[in-house]
Amino acid sequence: MNIQQEKILNGGITLTIDDQEVTVPPGTTILSAAGALGTVIPTICYHDHLTAYGICRLCVVEVEQARVLQPACVAEAREGMTVHTRNTRVERSRRTILEMLDSAVNLEEAPEIQAQLDDYGANRERFENGERRSLPIIDDNPMFLRDYSQCVLCWRCVQVCADDAQYTYAINFSGRGFETSIDTFFEQSLPESTCVFCGQCVDVCPTGALKPKREWLLEQGQTPDEIMQMTRMERRRRKT
Amino acid sequence: MIEADRVVSTVCPYCGVGCGMDLHLKDDFIFKVTSDHNNIVNQGNLCVKGRYGYDMIYSKKRVTEPLIRKTPQRPGERTQAFDREEWRQVSWDEALDYTADRLVESYERDGSDAMAVYCCAKATNEDNYLLQKLFRALFRTNNVDHCTRLCHAASVIALQMAIGSAAMSNTAAEVITTDVFIVTGSNTAETHPIIGLQMKEAVEKYGAKLIVVDPRRVELANWATLWLPQMPGTDVVVFAAMAHVIVEEKLYNLEFIDQRTEGFEDFAKSMVKFTPEFAESVSGVDRNLIIEAARMYANAERAAIYWALGISESTHGVDNAFSLIHLALLTGHIGREGTGLNPLRGQNNVQGASDMGCMPWHYPGYMEVDDPASAEIWEKAWNVEPGGLNQEKGLTTTEILSNVGEGGVRALYIMGENPMMAEPNLNVTRHHMENLEFLAVHDLFINESGAYADVVLPGASWAEKDGTFTNTDRRVQRIRKALEPRGQSLPDIEIISELAKRIEDRIGRSGSAYWDYGDAEEVLIEMGEVVPAYRGIRYQRIDEVGLQTPVPDENHPGTPFLFEGTFPRGRGKFHLLEYVPSAETPDHEYPFILTTGRLLEHWHGGTMTRNSQLDELYPEALVEINRVDAARTGVKSGDVVRVSSRRGSIVLRAIVTEKANLGVVFISWHFHEAAANLLTLDELDPVAKIPEYKACAVSVELASEDELANPEARTRRGRW
Repeated sequence: MNIQQEKILNGGITLTIDDQEVTVPPGTTILSAAGALGTVIPTICYHDHLTAYGICRLCVVEVEQARVLQPACVAEAREGMTVHTRNTRVERSRRTILEMLDSAVNLEEAPEIQAQLDDYGANRERFENGERRSLPIIDDNPMFLRDYSQCVLCWRCVQVCADDAQYTYAINFSGRGFETSIDTFFEQSLPESTCVFCGQCVDVCPTGALKPKREWLLEQGQTPDEIMQMTRMERRRRKT
Repeated sequence: MIEADRVVSTVCPYCGVGCGMDLHLKDDFIFKVTSDHNNIVNQGNLCVKGRYGYDMIYSKKRVTEPLIRKTPQRPGERTQAFDREEWRQVSWDEALDYTADRLVESYERDGSDAMAVYCCAKATNEDNYLLQKLFRALFRTNNVDHCTRLCHAASVIALQMAIGSAAMSNTAAEVITTDVFIVTGSNTAETHPIIGLQMKEAVEKYGAKLIVVDPRRVELANWATLWLPQMPGTDVVVFAAMAHVIVEEKLYNLEFIDQRTEGFEDFAKSMVKFTPEFAESVSGVDRNLIIEAARMYANAERAAIYWALGISESTHGVDNAFSLIHLALLTGHIGREGTGLNPLRGQNNVQGASDMGCMPWHYPGYMEVDDPASAEIWEKAWNVEPGGLNQEKGLTTTEILSNVGEGGVRALYIMGENPMMAEPNLNVTRHHMENLEFLAVHDLFINESGAYADVVLPGASWAEKDGTFTNTDRRVQRIRKALEPRGQSLPDIEIISELAKRIEDRIGRSGSAYWDYGDAEEVLIEMGEVVPAYRGIRYQRIDEVGLQTPVPDENHPGTPFLFEGTFPRGRGKFHLLEYVPSAETPDHEYPFILTTGRLLEHWHGGTMTRNSQLDELYPEALVEINRVDAARTGVKSGDVVRVSSRRGSIVLRAIVTEKANLGVVFISWHFHEAAANLLTLDELDPVAKIPEYKACAVSVELASEDELANPEARTRRGRW
């Protein structure tokens, strides 16, 4: 049996990614197809174990014949497709996304995004007069803190809270446009929401916007002994 | 950002799900817990206990030096000492010598029957194997038990009698392959949260239909196609009525019944009287719901049953479990993927501790103690002279305490358990504890039971030792030492082995059973040489993914689901059932039925979680009451009430909630300030010896704020 026959039998789809041919099962995304070739397409909102929604747009690639750039995490591979994962047009798009994020959001604790900023030669002054997301740290529960000035709205936390893991539905987008943020319904505190404090959202947060309180206290220079001696109220008071 | 010095993979110490978790440490301080999304058990999901419940190991209240009581305690006058001032900090040598002296004193004077031990379903397989070996091989007693008695004893007995094996027949994650599943007597979303997620996933994403049979509107009822709210204690009637419908409408699987079961004819006749109408009159469940549930379960391609302590913790717990087993035997919903009988085990290692023989009637591997052939096998393994091992069945957990006194149990060793929270009718338990001649406690904290001890031996937490846990679906998984035991505390294997050697010397059995282990794996291998289910397990084989027992040899891939071709006892056996009302039913004076259970945020007697940040999330005991009952009693949410039974009374706040069904109130048993077990009934199931925790009669009346132990302990809470 030749390769062509095998592909047909297996229902394979052949496409070209950066001049390399690859055959993948139907339904495979461009991101996974590229992965099969060892080609890494950068992502922010995408997570291997969550449903991809193509929110951050960092993974866009150029598909010949397609009018606009395609988000690789959700766009499916098609027979005969020719994909460019990193040409000038793609780079310019990714750079702009990164520059805009960097202008508005505190990305200090997002090492992967920092590396992407460097990789794409982002000009960090490009939007230096832009408004920054500046929000107070929310400390409304004993387990973790929410600092939405570090939030890139990737939506992973909402996904794990909902049908991708917990079926708890405590948080979602609130607000519009620049004011968009992640919140509980009616701005309840987390303990008053349906939150069960599974901490899944903290686990998948890519930027440190969600952080275990113990970790945060260590960062503030508290020793483990001091942390364990504090009562809950003291831990709250130490908030800077 | 904090960079971890190291990240250690281990297994959660809380419930029986056995979630894999990664501890992130900086300078020996765990600051974060994550989980691998590729983990086969929990797919990266954790609940609040796994994610945040680790910090009790750093608690300032933890005991990290061996302690001996300053004032010598006498039987009958034993008191509780919570204050560190009442204890003398001693060296390990002194503590172990003292413990050995006192144990041997009781043994030499009163013999084997005076000795008893509570093993620990939180500790590792290795710890538990060694502790039962110490008491069996040295003190020649079978008074060895652990909390399985208070938990699934009834399920174990019923399953053993009906099919010959007590373990969960399927892998928990298999629930997504089932078409219909019954969850009964289990608040799975709170008590086995990750299995709860898998159940929700089965409903939401795989189209499975869920039937919840529970006196409470537990969270999963929100995902259910049918919710059958039976009155506590009427389970047999509801499930027998389902069997009645299945028999009456010939929905059974005759081929399966012919080939794999026995006793069907008599059983079918005995079901005639359990009509849905009768069941409705007894249980309060609409007859149509029962009929619909029976049809749904029987007609499914694949159907499974999951249950927990609502079934087993009853004076007729064995019958309850039989009534479930019958449904599977009638319909053939067992022995295939996505079917089965699944008792959800509570503790992280209750399956393991039972496998390790921490039970009064069984050696490791469920070999019966009164079978001379089994005794001979273990005599050889432990280098005991022929006929040396005790072949009398020992006392169960509850019986150990009720036999305390002259001519009965004199010396008790407790590893990690807390009978002063866990036993029913605590006022009686207290009396028994006071009457002990000697009590050694091996734990992390001085809890309500440890406070009665003569000596406290500080053990290592799960993060400070190596070993294995066996989870609810029989998967043997490694736990790893992430940090050194705090202070002078020691890994439990070392404590038990050192104590054993001292006892050997004192009773002249030096060099009998072996106690010099280089590492934990040697213990498991020693046990596996005799117990076939564990024979093929090596640490290196379970380094990344645990194996499901039985694993009879080193090349065996483990056993994901049981009973494919046959049952261990050959044919599955139907047992005849009668309806027996609960030992105590409501009356004019005590008009409500109290049922007890657990909460998402806490664990059992609270030794771990009440010393953790989890306590900040849920700091208060609450009684859940239905809005109609509340209105009738004049109680509003947040009011302080006194809940009383014939045995005692406690004061706590009420919460008016739709979770509680009419006539039924619920109290969790985690809070020592309002210990639910002061109210519960110490009647036992006649066969399994499991107490009735799920149904007793109580009254509820308004009380005043100043009667509350800690009025400030309140938080807002929005979860179901």
